[in-house]
Amino acid sequence: MLQHKDGSVQNHQHGWEPYVDNGGTSLAIAGEDFCVIASDTRQSEGYSINTRFDPKIHKITDKIMLATTGYSADAKRLTEVIKMQTERYFYKHEKNMESHAAAQMLSVILYQKRFFPYYVFPILAGIDNEGKGCVYSYDPVGNMERVTFQVYGSASGMIQPFLDSQVGFKNQQNVDKTRLLTKEEAISIAVDSFTAATERDIYTGDYLEIYIVDANGIHREQKPLKFD
Amino acid sequence: MDKSILAEIVGDSNTGFKFDNALRNESLTSNGTGAPKATKTGTTIVGLIFKDGVVLGADTRATAGSIVADKNCAKIHYITPNIYCCGAGTAADTEFTTNIISSNLALHQMNSGREPRVATAMTFLKQYLFRYQGHVSAALVLGGVDSTGPHLYTVYPHGSTDKLPFVTMGSGSLAAMATFESKFKPNMERQEAIDLVQEAIESGIFNDLGSGSNVDVCVITKGKVDYLRNYAKPNERISKLKSYKFARGTTGILKESIHKFDIVVESDAMDVV
Repeated sequence: MLQHKDGSVQNHQHGWEPYVDNGGTSLAIAGEDFCVIASDTRQSEGYSINTRFDPKIHKITDKIMLATTGYSADAKRLTEVIKMQTERYFYKHEKNMESHAAAQMLSVILYQKRFFPYYVFPILAGIDNEGKGCVYSYDPVGNMERVTFQVYGSASGMIQPFLDSQVGFKNQQNVDKTRLLTKEEAISIAVDSFTAATERDIYTGDYLEIYIVDANGIHREQKPLKFD
Repeated sequence: MDKSILAEIVGDSNTGFKFDNALRNESLTSNGTGAPKATKTGTTIVGLIFKDGVVLGADTRATAGSIVADKNCAKIHYITPNIYCCGAGTAADTEFTTNIISSNLALHQMNSGREPRVATAMTFLKQYLFRYQGHVSAALVLGGVDSTGPHLYTVYPHGSTDKLPFVTMGSGSLAAMATFESKFKPNMERQEAIDLVQEAIESGIFNDLGSGSNVDVCVITKGKVDYLRNYAKPNERISKLKSYKFARGTTGILKESIHKFDIVVESDAMDVV
């Protein structure tokens, strides 16, 4: 703030902003023994598309994927840091990091930048040490929670209620609310979430990347969304 | 701004826009309550002159922030039987502005007994928009054919105008203009002109996030108008994989109360045998 002689106050103008929102949406759904992770690949700024194909999901280990949204540059740096640390762990202990360890590590990495955070909403998803599907969700400064499904990004406001209904059965009566989805159900719901969100969110579109993590490893699928 | 001066200026405003709520809104804004959001037509709109007349084009997406408010709105508005106008900016402003000017031209025609000219519509529009000092957010592409031939104008929200052989407006104007600048040539054939307009609108639809969905085209020639609504539909919805019909009995019941009625059978005296 700048104080003038006449007592009026003016906001200081800075030449640059450290953060931008690059749009896009990511989600993950845990099953009994698998996990579905999906993201669109549009990367935008304002009314412009920077690229139609910028994957937001990254492989961390053979059993763990990281999906991001928010500021693309920070997401890339965060992914880099996590990959470096999991690789160090692998060479030091001659085994891959388990998902609960990676999850805790991600929380610590985020909190290390408490006062200049990574502007990223991460979802860590995969298979835990018991072979069960797992999803960990975070806020940008490291608050962590293990959940069964999560969605972040520009269309989260549209997809969250849909998942609450169709994955969490939150609005339904006389159903088993702890029931986990089958692989086919989870994939269909993930795809339909994105085709619907693409209709109404200008920042979601172009291509959909879906990863299915299970005992057989990591399986990838790609589908075109709309390009407008 | 000095509040006493503001009050003096707007206090007894009795015509045009009403500023009665200006001070209240200012205090609401400073308390953190935002102003209501108007629907904007992010928009790509274009027009060009060809051999026999003008072609106007528009996309069909209307937005409210980052949300698509209308996937198939009509942005090419009727002015007179021989004049149409594409609108970009605040949806309500473009709609009402073109409507008022359409009415005024109808009255003008009855008064003068002549078919309205495009230049007259343009003058009415710029005078109307200038009066509101840019607060009426309407960026327009006006085109038509009158007794003096085909004409094409752009009208900016502050009231300035351009008269050019090919024009673009809206958030997709740069994408569309890139197409026109590389491919426009004078005296094109009808289909050639329509194809170029379609291509310009589509470059807006695909490269500008404020524009999307379908292509509307309007071809105006001497004594004839072809309004080609949804001339191209390059963005059909991808069908759903699953049905989301709720199973019987799953709808939540918040409260249940059962009333028991005493059933009394009454018979009329006449019915008794």
